[in-house]
Amino acid sequence: MTTATLTPSAAPIVHEKVIVRSLKVPIILDVFAIAALVFAFGIPRRGQSSFRLSTSTDFFQIPTVVLPTVATVVTVAILLVVVAILTHLLVAFSSRGRSPLWLSAVFTVLFLFLFLTWAGADLRGIPIPGLLVGGLALATPLVFGSLGGVLGERAGVVNVAIDGQLLFGAFSAALVGSATHSPWAGLVAAIVAGVLVSWVLAVFALRYWVDQVIVGVVLNVLVGGLTNFFYTKVFAQVPSLNHTTKFDTIDIPGLSQIPIIGPVFFQHTIIIYIMYIAVFVVWYALFKTRWGLRVRSVGEHPQAADTVGINVNRTRFWTVTVAGAVAGIGGAFYTLDSVSKFDKDITQGAGFIALAAVIFGQWHPIKAALAGLLFGFAENLQSTLGIIGSPVPSEFLLMLPYVVTIVAVAGLVGQSRAPAADGTPYIKS
Amino acid sequence: MKLELRGITKRFGALTANDHIDLTVEPGEIHCLLGENGAGKSTLMNVLYGLYQADEGEILLDDDVQHFSGPGDAMNAGIGMVHQHFMLIPVFTVAENVMLGHEPTRLGGRLDLAAARAKVREISERFGFDVDPDAVVEELPVGVQQRVEIIKALSRDAKVLVFDEPTAVLTPQETDELMAIMRQLRDTGVAIVFITHKLREVREVADRITVIRLGKVVGEAQPTASNAELASMMVGRAVDLSIHKDPPKIGAEAFVVHDLTVIDAADQVVVSHVGFTVHAGEVLAIAGVQGNGQTELVEAILGVQNRVEGSIRLDGRELLGRSVGGVLDAGVGFVPEDRTDDGLVAEFTIAENLMLDRSTGAPFVRGGTLQLTELERFAEEKIAEFDIRAQGVTTHVGRLSGGNQQKVVLARELSRELRLLVVSQPTRGLDVGSIEFVHTRIVQTRDSGIPVVVVSTELDEVVTLADRIAVMYRGSIVGIVPGDTSREVLGLMMAGEKPAEVAA
Amino acid sequence: MTDVGTGSAGGAEPIHSQSSKLDTIEPGQQPNARRDPEAPFGNNLLREIMSGGAVLTVLAIVLALVVAAVLIAATDSGVQAAAGYFFARPSDLFVAVWNAVSGAYVSLFQGSIWNFQRTGFLVQIAPLMSTLTFATPLIAAGLGVALAFRVGMFNIGGRGQLIIGAAVAGWIAWSFPMPPVIAFLVATIGGLVGGALWGAIAGVLKATTGAHEVIVTIMLNYVAFYLVAYGLRTQGLLQAHGSNSPVSPGDLPNATYPKLSDLITALGGPATSYTVNIGFLLSIVATVAVWYLFSRSSTGFRFRAVGENPRAARTAGINVKWVYTLAMIFSGALVGLAGADQVLGTTTTGFNSGVDAGIGFSAITVALLGRSRPWGVFFSGLLFGALQAGGYTMQALQQIPIDIVDVIQSVVVLFIAAPPLVRAVFRLPKPGSTRRVRRTPAAVAEGNVK
Repeated sequence: MTTATLTPSAAPIVHEKVIVRSLKVPIILDVFAIAALVFAFGIPRRGQSSFRLSTSTDFFQIPTVVLPTVATVVTVAILLVVVAILTHLLVAFSSRGRSPLWLSAVFTVLFLFLFLTWAGADLRGIPIPGLLVGGLALATPLVFGSLGGVLGERAGVVNVAIDGQLLFGAFSAALVGSATHSPWAGLVAAIVAGVLVSWVLAVFALRYWVDQVIVGVVLNVLVGGLTNFFYTKVFAQVPSLNHTTKFDTIDIPGLSQIPIIGPVFFQHTIIIYIMYIAVFVVWYALFKTRWGLRVRSVGEHPQAADTVGINVNRTRFWTVTVAGAVAGIGGAFYTLDSVSKFDKDITQGAGFIALAAVIFGQWHPIKAALAGLLFGFAENLQSTLGIIGSPVPSEFLLMLPYVVTIVAVAGLVGQSRAPAADGTPYIKS
Repeated sequence: MKLELRGITKRFGALTANDHIDLTVEPGEIHCLLGENGAGKSTLMNVLYGLYQADEGEILLDDDVQHFSGPGDAMNAGIGMVHQHFMLIPVFTVAENVMLGHEPTRLGGRLDLAAARAKVREISERFGFDVDPDAVVEELPVGVQQRVEIIKALSRDAKVLVFDEPTAVLTPQETDELMAIMRQLRDTGVAIVFITHKLREVREVADRITVIRLGKVVGEAQPTASNAELASMMVGRAVDLSIHKDPPKIGAEAFVVHDLTVIDAADQVVVSHVGFTVHAGEVLAIAGVQGNGQTELVEAILGVQNRVEGSIRLDGRELLGRSVGGVLDAGVGFVPEDRTDDGLVAEFTIAENLMLDRSTGAPFVRGGTLQLTELERFAEEKIAEFDIRAQGVTTHVGRLSGGNQQKVVLARELSRELRLLVVSQPTRGLDVGSIEFVHTRIVQTRDSGIPVVVVSTELDEVVTLADRIAVMYRGSIVGIVPGDTSREVLGLMMAGEKPAEVAA
Repeated sequence: MTDVGTGSAGGAEPIHSQSSKLDTIEPGQQPNARRDPEAPFGNNLLREIMSGGAVLTVLAIVLALVVAAVLIAATDSGVQAAAGYFFARPSDLFVAVWNAVSGAYVSLFQGSIWNFQRTGFLVQIAPLMSTLTFATPLIAAGLGVALAFRVGMFNIGGRGQLIIGAAVAGWIAWSFPMPPVIAFLVATIGGLVGGALWGAIAGVLKATTGAHEVIVTIMLNYVAFYLVAYGLRTQGLLQAHGSNSPVSPGDLPNATYPKLSDLITALGGPATSYTVNIGFLLSIVATVAVWYLFSRSSTGFRFRAVGENPRAARTAGINVKWVYTLAMIFSGALVGLAGADQVLGTTTTGFNSGVDAGIGFSAITVALLGRSRPWGVFFSGLLFGALQAGGYTMQALQQIPIDIVDVIQSVVVLFIAAPPLVRAVFRLPKPGSTRRVRRTPAAVAEGNVK
């Protein structure tokens, strides 16, 4: 052995890498490009498609954009085919062996535009601000829910009970908000409700090491049962306990009158402004602060965190608590912003879409929020098209978030990696 | 700082892992803690580090009694630890890993990455490490990861540093460098505890040696003691690790691997153009430091690697492209390197584990239905034949000792009709008695005319079993040499030097 | 999270059996919580019963009923009134609580097992027959979820599989006139196939791309729901001919499951209101089939091996991907049987998109309470069927919303999943002092015994 000391330090083992040219993305784009061609040539819709861009309160009015349907659809379809071919070429010949993400994003936007033009032929005009604002409203609980999900999973706690948190938040906000006639008290109650659900999850997952998915599923059933029970037993009998004062809309002076941007970003209740802030704060806290570093460490490798003196279960507990509070705010949106009363199963499974957004957003707060917005937008597109009378069955648009998520978890769009210790309890001997 | 452990006792249920252990480590001293796998070394160090609470006894630093309720307390008191399984977060950078737990922050809890980077650079320079603070840990080679662990401990001004089996993953060269680092640290006044079961390393670097066995201190030894003396203290009886082995009766070419290349899930070429031949009645050992492609090579033979090129022929028939079941049906017996993860189903009984790779047809299945009486008879026979210490055939293998678990795996594989036996790290983590048993059975298999491939990172094992030795380094075979090649030559080959260069 | 309630033997395994590591407990490993049979304990059997299985289950049910009793009392108008003058006449409050809770549970019993207010044996046991009716799909779907659990998978897609199974079974039942018996058997097979196909999607995706079945099955629930919702409002697909509402046609008479009451009258007995049907018999057959699968068949052996340790199974030459796919097919088929039950046994006059009736999720609680064992699932299905049947009576007689059943079910499962919690509540002994086995020193000792 001693003779070996003479040789210089062995170079680190670095394996040569092979470039993998995966055809997954190009093939998906092919499918959509073919669909676009079918829209353009197979089942063409004639006439004109109009897009309304302004609302009455804007500083200045942008005229309604009117496009010839056939020409526009055909042009965009050809563009889509070009992008799809370009993607194939990039995958086959570029040095990195894959196409850039922005190209897929451009493709998505183009396809949506094509679809709207096609579906909106000869209808009264698609209200673009309304589409976006409605989408935002539907997305708000999803964004809060997905932020809560991201927080929990980053700390290693899978939260399938987001739906329960939203539901309990909505219920508590309705009850307390109605009883006190104060939306602020309702908001606080929603936060407390989200935290309570989190604590049950935490006790079973962290203290008793019960499988986190099981606890989550069961908690959803429990919260559903409880709120339905009280709805029938209390709300139905004392309706005054289920009639909230909603938050007022706060228009940001000046900014709120800019066409498109104003209605979409600056004419909302406090809850949506909180959402904007929450997305940024969660991102900043997770990636830029000491707290976030520790949260991520217990989600990736709890034992390593423990050996540097971080109390794993305490960190997880408080992170899940914060996550519950965030999800609770999302629940409050239902009964303090959207409508002024609670209904049975008012969330309609939004928590599961939020869970989908967490995964589609690759456990990143901003990406998850964007996924939530996308899903909300898809849902609203369905109702808007339903109102203006479109040829596409609404059920298929409603399916979209779920199908997209299945495609995502099947690894067909990009690679994503969950926190390594996600879902595993930390058990010290 | 002087470390003193007095009467440390740690029990797990009815079993005593540490029984009144006393240990003193002076500043500027490398104190070796020597013991077999499972002697209680790691438990003791986990007590010291606050991960476990001792049932009895006390820990003193510079004669002050300490009360550690967690690793944080131990670290604050000046104890650092380089763990056997690195306690690093793979997706974090070096700087993030080093700062974790005592992060420098600016206003509002914002991480001060610049300060952390500076700290890493400062310590790196002090000890001549070449570590980039912004490198992501999982992309670093293990040797460098270990240095990150050391930097992590030093960044907290550790005055007592524990190295827990640090050389298991290192090449001989990296091991020597680690020894040099340990000496350097000692000379700055750090008290070092070096936990190992490798006698050569102990004798090379230790100032003092404490041997523990079955959770008890059995004595102190001097670094000048011979291997045999240390081994007999460690095991409790005279040990002769060599087994009786007749010269091989080499038969025809049986197993031929040709130009084999394996690409892993991360798109890395982990096995590169490997070729070798094994004859009937011969043991070919594949030596090398952990992580040089041996695992993937064996997986490719078994058929669980997806992206494989080349050819693997057994008695003229191509194995590549077959399913695992197809490979086993071709007559390959396989003992995986991690018996708990890959070899056994813990919650299954011994009998069920014995039929694990024969669940489709005779003798244990007829018409899709299990033949439970036949299985029981077979299991009882094997328990007797392989001396498996258990209550009965229905004992769950999870309740057996490591040695008995490995015997179950061997019993299963050796009771099929074999044309080739592939064993991977066959004695990892086993006690001496079981090691002897396993080695004997492997040699018996060879003597019955079956070609055997043994993959091992333990040089002792390689030398004991091999008729020929192939050394792997960075996915390639450096050379194939006779079984009686000297350890020095093998060590250099494991660092990547070709046999010819070595001889020169 | 894969191995949930999948212990291979001894019904007392805790649900949280964690990693499949079986080596010594060194730092960095998560020790396996498991009992040591060789521990020197006087009365092993008693301790097993006390700390595990039966007693624990009963106590969890008792706790859940207590929780529900609190809810019932708190929302009872009589109790609220009495609480208003508590300090004047405290005894009134206790009387009111007693009245509310006992009234509720008496009607629960009356609605699920034995109606003592009526006369005549045949009428008195009618509630029990109703319990069996409710239990029928719960048992079938519970078996499906349990089967997936045993293979290490969490099938949350019961709802989707049930909806698709129901749609296929229903479509066959109203489209193709067939002779008696054949008709409902073919429709049932259609239900099995529908559920199996929907389950297979998750299985195939897991096998080929590694997509986690929890996420995929959750998402597939919604896809199935909207798919069938679309079919139900589209003429030529699932909508009843000429109908404006999203409802399917009714089954052809031969395709519905024969009811026990029909059988009794056919044999010349008196007229009864027994809704329990041939579907219950099929659930028993399914239970026996799952028992045979896991206890006696080689396929079940491979299922269990994959469930306990997929890596070891793969190394032993078992085609793990195929096992995942096949298990999801079986699991989906069993849930599809529940779907067939719904359409052919319960809502035979045409179903809507609410055909699932919460059974898909209840099946998870049924499987967990039954600890994923066939007969365990059978009896927990009976219990939850009784809660359903009684719940409706409770709702009718005592104005207690049926949703209380969801609360009871979920609380039972939470307690079942956390035995230490139940033990803490009832101050029960711990299951032995050596919960976690250390075998390091023993191993060394053994090596030296030579």
